[in-house]
Amino acid sequence: MSTLTETKSLVGCFTAEMFEAHLASLAHLPAWWLERKRAAFARYTTLPMPARTDESWRFSNLGSLTLDGFALPAPAPAAPLPPLGIATAGTLVFSNNRFVAREPLTAELAARGVIFDTLQNALLTHGAQVKAHLLTQSVKQGSEKFSALHTAFLADGAFVYVPRGVTLADPLAVFHGTAGAEAAVFPHTLVIAEENTKATVVDFFRSTDASAQFACGQNDIYASHGAQVTYVAAQNWSRCTLSFQFNSTIARRDAKVLSLNVHLGARQARHESHSQLQAPGAHSEMLALTVAHGTQEFDQRTLQTHQAPNTSSNLLYKNALLGHAKTIFSGLIVVDPDAQKTDAYQSNRNLMLSDDAEANSLPGLEIQANDVRCSHGATTSRIDPELEFYLRSRGIPKAQADELLVFGFFEEVLLKLEHEGLRAALREMIKIKFKN
Amino acid sequence: MSQLEIKDLHIAIGEKEIVKGFNLTIRQGEVHAIMGPNGTGKSTLAKAIAGHPDYTITSGDVLIDGRSILALEPDERARAGIFLAFQYPSEIPGVSIANFLRGAVQARLAEGDELDATAYYKRLYSKMDLLKIDRKFTSRSVNDGFSGGEKKRCEILQMAMLEPLFSLMDETDSGLDIDALRIVADGVNAMRGPKLGILLITHYQRLLDYIVPDQVHVMWDGRIVKSGDKSLALELESKGYDWVKTELVHA
Repeated sequence: MSTLTETKSLVGCFTAEMFEAHLASLAHLPAWWLERKRAAFARYTTLPMPARTDESWRFSNLGSLTLDGFALPAPAPAAPLPPLGIATAGTLVFSNNRFVAREPLTAELAARGVIFDTLQNALLTHGAQVKAHLLTQSVKQGSEKFSALHTAFLADGAFVYVPRGVTLADPLAVFHGTAGAEAAVFPHTLVIAEENTKATVVDFFRSTDASAQFACGQNDIYASHGAQVTYVAAQNWSRCTLSFQFNSTIARRDAKVLSLNVHLGARQARHESHSQLQAPGAHSEMLALTVAHGTQEFDQRTLQTHQAPNTSSNLLYKNALLGHAKTIFSGLIVVDPDAQKTDAYQSNRNLMLSDDAEANSLPGLEIQANDVRCSHGATTSRIDPELEFYLRSRGIPKAQADELLVFGFFEEVLLKLEHEGLRAALREMIKIKFKN
Repeated sequence: MSQLEIKDLHIAIGEKEIVKGFNLTIRQGEVHAIMGPNGTGKSTLAKAIAGHPDYTITSGDVLIDGRSILALEPDERARAGIFLAFQYPSEIPGVSIANFLRGAVQARLAEGDELDATAYYKRLYSKMDLLKIDRKFTSRSVNDGFSGGEKKRCEILQMAMLEPLFSLMDETDSGLDIDALRIVADGVNAMRGPKLGILLITHYQRLLDYIVPDQVHVMWDGRIVKSGDKSLALELESKGYDWVKTELVHA
């Protein structure tokens, strides 16, 4: 009896029946992929739920981490795209785990071998590349179970392949939408940037209604020698959504990856990000901006792994907290024994706009080399009353003054994005959150 | 014509009374200079009128055209026509001058009215031209890393854009070399006119060579002890503040 109950709580609504039906709908995909999914589902069913004693879930609200009450949603009609206000090199739109619309790549980029397609198509046409990079890096910061769930139920997503030497001037945009009550979605974006390429990929996560939903997404970035990849994820799920998002970044020799996660939506959002600096000259810039309000919880766990000499990483996560919101930042820099001359930095800054909000910060270092420069810092501060008075003395009401100061606080991060249009689009998204 | 009346004003910081019965009426178009040694309550007066939360007005009143502003929030006082030019303007990283001023101009529009961005930038640039400020200035963060002179010019630009009825200029000359002082004074003089009343707070007579006041008031221990025309500033300069102490206070 107790075994039954336990098994049920480990699986929740994501049952074997649901999985078999899901798998049957993907029968046209390669066998290796279906096998991986089977293995992942098996892992999911056996891995335990996070426990109070798990260091990697310290401060997290475990009581509200439920796997019950969700279902794979029916197809939803494509909602109109929110106007981005920027030129894109191509757009893919997914809704409820299905591809629904696209703006194709320009003929010129297609002719140069750039691929921007659905994962399902890529599995059929570019199986080798997908197999080499899709979900090959294990999640290490506590969410092994949820990552396995993602692999098991991943139906479709975006595939970006930039062949050697190609530069994309405009960003590629991917919209991942969720519609309807109890909908469970598993968005994915896979970016493969070959040698000496330059590309920007933006994931937009959004709900088309305010119902309670479940999102469990992952993205893989592979930056080959000298590749420059900018990846932006703007998360704006409904305020009732339970969200998991995992990132894996691999930077090869002289590759430069910048990732920026903007967290706005969800009731509880867990984000894990892992950068691996695998060869000399590799650099990862890990950025995040969070606006937490109401009773939202944003739980961010990061890992910077330096596996080769002369690699660098710089992490800057900024949170603005309002209401009774809660944030958790836990970051770890790991320097392998032979990763000499590593230069790694990690910083978490919290701006408290409410006395009832709670910001937790757990920075960490694990250094096995002896000639490195690694440091971390965490600060928590309030709106400076002198700055607020200065703005108000110009006639700006308190709420707008505070909003300006929050934008000022975020600007340091936004300015690291080269693309001015993208910066403006993100500012606009953040502004809307302040209006609601 | 509007007038700003400061009536028997008493101001405390915590328990300590700093301003002790200050009286002055400023009309639009007038320039009043307040001179006095450090610690006599000049800056306290300006900040308290602007509504700084650290200062408590314990008695007396401040009125614009007969209406008290003391119950108003700092931003409401600003919109009612008060401008405080800070002695030490705050540095606000990440907030551009253009966005900051836009917010301040927007706050003066009626609810629901959207700012006309084209007209706003046109006006901003014309004020900048008037004050000989480079247009690149607008994309810089407010006062962030500015020199003393740039900060003061930024204050004058804000004043020009917001067109207050009354400007309280707190030690505008502090931290300025003679060239910067001249530029700032030119800016103030360019705005001087029947629509603006100015309260010029200064420690030194030097500023008054460039901005010539209609009246000069000597402040001591929280109140005005002597008023006169611009020649009073020169007299004060030659006789020093000891003269105030011995002749005026104990007279």
